Amino acid sequence: MKNHFTIMAVGLVLGLALLTGAASAGPREDVIAALAVEAGVDGFSATDGQDFFLASHTGGKPDTPSCTSCHGMDPTKPGQTRVGKPIDPMAVSVSPDRFTDPEKLAKWFRRNCNSVLGRACSVTEKGDILTYLSSL
Amino acid sequence: MKFNRPPFILAALLAGLTATASQAQDGAEALFKAECSACHMAYPAGFLPTRSWQAIMVDLPNHFGEDASLTEHDRATIEAYLVANAADRNGRMPRWLKTLPHNAVPMRISELSWFTHEHGNRVANRIKADPTIGSIANCVACHKGAERGYFDDD
Repeated sequence: MKNHFTIMAVGLVLGLALLTGAASAGPREDVIAALAVEAGVDGFSATDGQDFFLASHTGGKPDTPSCTSCHGMDPTKPGQTRVGKPIDPMAVSVSPDRFTDPEKLAKWFRRNCNSVLGRACSVTEKGDILTYLSSL
Repeated sequence: MKFNRPPFILAALLAGLTATASQAQDGAEALFKAECSACHMAYPAGFLPTRSWQAIMVDLPNHFGEDASLTEHDRATIEAYLVANAADRNGRMPRWLKTLPHNAVPMRISELSWFTHEHGNRVANRIKADPTIGSIANCVACHKGAERGYFDDD
């Protein structure tokens, strides 16, 4: 019986440790932290990210001048592709899985920065966007 | 009871090879579905000939007004799947393909003669009247089973 309690107590402590660990540094936080190291900054600007997300850009493809062309003006709401397929909301509070898969993230930054801007996004632009969408 | 050994080994080897090939095909089909349905429905490979799929897959950074680029591995895997299942696979030649000029490389399913014949102005008007449909490329708006390859419900 005593052994039973010991095992349960150890399990509880381990579980709590895992939970707090996940809250302080998950895959998304790791991605943003790595971008900050690459940019040589302490952190990014959610406000700059919001401005960038909502702005109309030039240099990209004519049908997609803005992030909002497909994602919509409110990242907590679903977007829509150009052929009408729904896109899950970009705001992390609504779509908790967002930005936790580095390969998926690289693929969509590569595609969408080229579609909207006609170039790759800078490290700061990426960090600002992710910080903005994580803050909502 | 004695196995006739060489044919037995050969048969086992062939079965193994076939199983591997079919697993690879399943993997390619899953990748095709996952990647091509990210923005639109994964259109059936049999709707376009080999030459069209090759032309589409060679220029993914300029894909109908968007950058749809993939890693080279995924791009090549999906192109191989599309070619293996294209309208002209294994020497097939549907009538609409026979009437298509040899040098014509259709890039849109919606431009093919059978498609315009089946849809016509009636569907164009329906899309204009209902903005939620978005475009003629949104098959599932009307064909509810389209993503399972079922289009005969209109």
